[in-house]
Amino acid sequence: MNIEINSKSYKIEKAVATLLEAMIYIKENTEPTLNFDYGCKSGVCGACSVRVNGKEKLACSYTPQDGDKIEPLKYYPQKRDLIVDKSSQKELLKRVKARLISYNEQVLNSQDEAKTQIQSDCILCSSCYSACPVIEVNSLFAGPFALTKTYKYTIDKREGAVKEHIDVIQSNGVWDCTLCNECTLACPQGIDPKTDIVNLRNLSVQNGYMDPNIGNMSFGGGFGFDANGSF
Amino acid sequence: MRKVDILIVGSGIAGLSSAIKAKSLGADVAVATKGVATKSNSVMAQGGMNVALGNIDRDSPNLHISDTLKSSHNLADKEMVSKLCNGGIDAIKFLEEIGVPFSRLDGADTPLKSIAQRALGGASAKRACYAQDYTGLKILHTLIDGAVNLDIPIFEGLFLLELIKNNDSEVCGGLFFNFDSGEIEPIYAGKVIIATGGFGAIYSKNTNSATSTGDGLSAILKAGGELSNLEFVQFHPTTLKGSNILISESARGEGGYLVNCEGERFIDELSTRDKIAKAIFEQLKQNREVFLDLRHIGKEKLEHLMPQELKLIKQYANTDATQELVAIEPAVHYTMGGASVNEQFEVIGLKGCYCIGEASNANVHGANRLGGNSLLEAVTFGLLGASEALNTTASKIEEQKFNYILPIAKDSDNLEVYKAKNSLSDTLFKQVGIIRDEQNLLKALETIEELNIDSLKIDDTPKHSTLLIELLELQNASVLAKALIKSALWRKESRGAHIRSDYQDELIEFEKNSTVSKKDLV
Repeated sequence: MNIEINSKSYKIEKAVATLLEAMIYIKENTEPTLNFDYGCKSGVCGACSVRVNGKEKLACSYTPQDGDKIEPLKYYPQKRDLIVDKSSQKELLKRVKARLISYNEQVLNSQDEAKTQIQSDCILCSSCYSACPVIEVNSLFAGPFALTKTYKYTIDKREGAVKEHIDVIQSNGVWDCTLCNECTLACPQGIDPKTDIVNLRNLSVQNGYMDPNIGNMSFGGGFGFDANGSF
Repeated sequence: MRKVDILIVGSGIAGLSSAIKAKSLGADVAVATKGVATKSNSVMAQGGMNVALGNIDRDSPNLHISDTLKSSHNLADKEMVSKLCNGGIDAIKFLEEIGVPFSRLDGADTPLKSIAQRALGGASAKRACYAQDYTGLKILHTLIDGAVNLDIPIFEGLFLLELIKNNDSEVCGGLFFNFDSGEIEPIYAGKVIIATGGFGAIYSKNTNSATSTGDGLSAILKAGGELSNLEFVQFHPTTLKGSNILISESARGEGGYLVNCEGERFIDELSTRDKIAKAIFEQLKQNREVFLDLRHIGKEKLEHLMPQELKLIKQYANTDATQELVAIEPAVHYTMGGASVNEQFEVIGLKGCYCIGEASNANVHGANRLGGNSLLEAVTFGLLGASEALNTTASKIEEQKFNYILPIAKDSDNLEVYKAKNSLSDTLFKQVGIIRDEQNLLKALETIEELNIDSLKIDDTPKHSTLLIELLELQNASVLAKALIKSALWRKESRGAHIRSDYQDELIEFEKNSTVSKKDLV
């Protein structure tokens, strides 16, 4: 089997179950200076996310096919080969205040657990971010994982400062999403950031904010491209 | 000059718990980690964290203490175990209040009473608090969210090369290789806390993140600190055959069976890991394949309690665990030994250097760790370690010059690194595995010495070189492998996870820790 990494072709002369195994094979047998990142080998550390034929995949859980083209994630500065600089993840988490801001003592139950179960499965692999077409035109957009993380804290009954989360996601946040669903399709954990963003819009309205695109439309922008994609 | 009150090396659950605590006590704290924080081995913990909340069964810290001591084969220290088990309430309260999304029970009257608990091996009550089977992931990411938002700097891509000492022989910082600049740089600190995890990944078949290579322990040893009980390497009974993907103990805790190819159960599934791993190993030696049987638990319950397990089993073994048997084998999972520490978590032989989490041997696991006690140790001793480190006078910071030479030389054969790495990890698994004897241990030592890992060099630019990181890790692996084998040779008995075919009994004269220091490695 042959695979291409950053346009260079490599032959894999061994049966491999995952793309990560193929990359380790290359490193240990033909090109030891090839650089890629990995950790857990079981889909939970998020380090090995790459693009395969243009789609985001975790190398440790993708089964490679002959002719696959492997590239680094989009939007993050490339460090070397398939390694990118994801340090901006943390700046985003900080910007959207993705944490429990003010603990409010509450007794939770199994329904409360279910409400945030999927969102808290996030492994921060950034597949959703790399798949998001909005980042291409607005690099300041908070993007899917940061908004899903914020959403998780806003619906946690223990959060005593919901509005603080809502306040920081108005600009370059929830209203900039086009609801194209690419993030949801890219997530290896089955998380649905698009729906979380829709829910955050509803929460924003409940907290006194309004869709700035509707505002634009009423004052003269009624025709033409609706960047918001809403109906 | 970069200088902080507290430098924490390692960004897993122990390190970040410690960092948040130190920050809350007003310290200027920084975390240095060789990879990215999300890659820490803690993220892979599945089953749960033991705290005797008694939410389902009658339970108490005393029962927890007694289970832990029993599992340790008389090697754990009662005071430290008591500190661990009694500290559980503060630890779980800390996690609840920073927002960890635990699994919940209905109808509770206080926040802690609502946390769901499950059975794990060796426990006399349902004691493990969990978040489905993603307990490590959800605790770690909540800690990352907290640390980032508290403005605790997490310096990623800093590989610890050695500890820095001042003229009074106190530790006053760490010397790092910076993956992003390719340069060597010091961080000075009043206190250093090592939370770099265990060294399970130096074995060929293991369930750990590839990052678990014991870098902090190697640095402690070289600086003059003492390591102990390295021979106690825990094999997890249930990893997927071939890929060694971990299938949590919760699978047995929720009622899963272990059966051989004739369909017979051959061991109490809720016994301790040392006993189960040995029983499985013996079946495999007789060419009887071993399986985990979850079919009778029912699809709905499995999907609710173990979503990750089902996904992993499907993905890596192409097996539907709700309908089919799952082929398993034991693999290295946890290292009970580590840096010897006193009751304040300060490393024996060093001043100003503390060690917490899997990296330390805080005398709470002895010869076998109970499932669910590692997360408890990481959080409880993480929190306590920060307080202790801030409780005494800080080391004097003296700026120094360094002449550390990276193992780089033009025209080196880069492939030699992988030949040596695979040889070392295979040797450990085959000759320093579940069942050991003197002849094989000596042979393993000889093989590893012949690999001459200290003389290996690479031909690559240092900046962003994963090859260089792998060689630095291999150098540490080699130090630890030799120390581990020497400890295993010394312990001429069988106890817990250390099983010798040539010394099969547990002996009273070995009811003590094995120790290794710098002088033992020359």
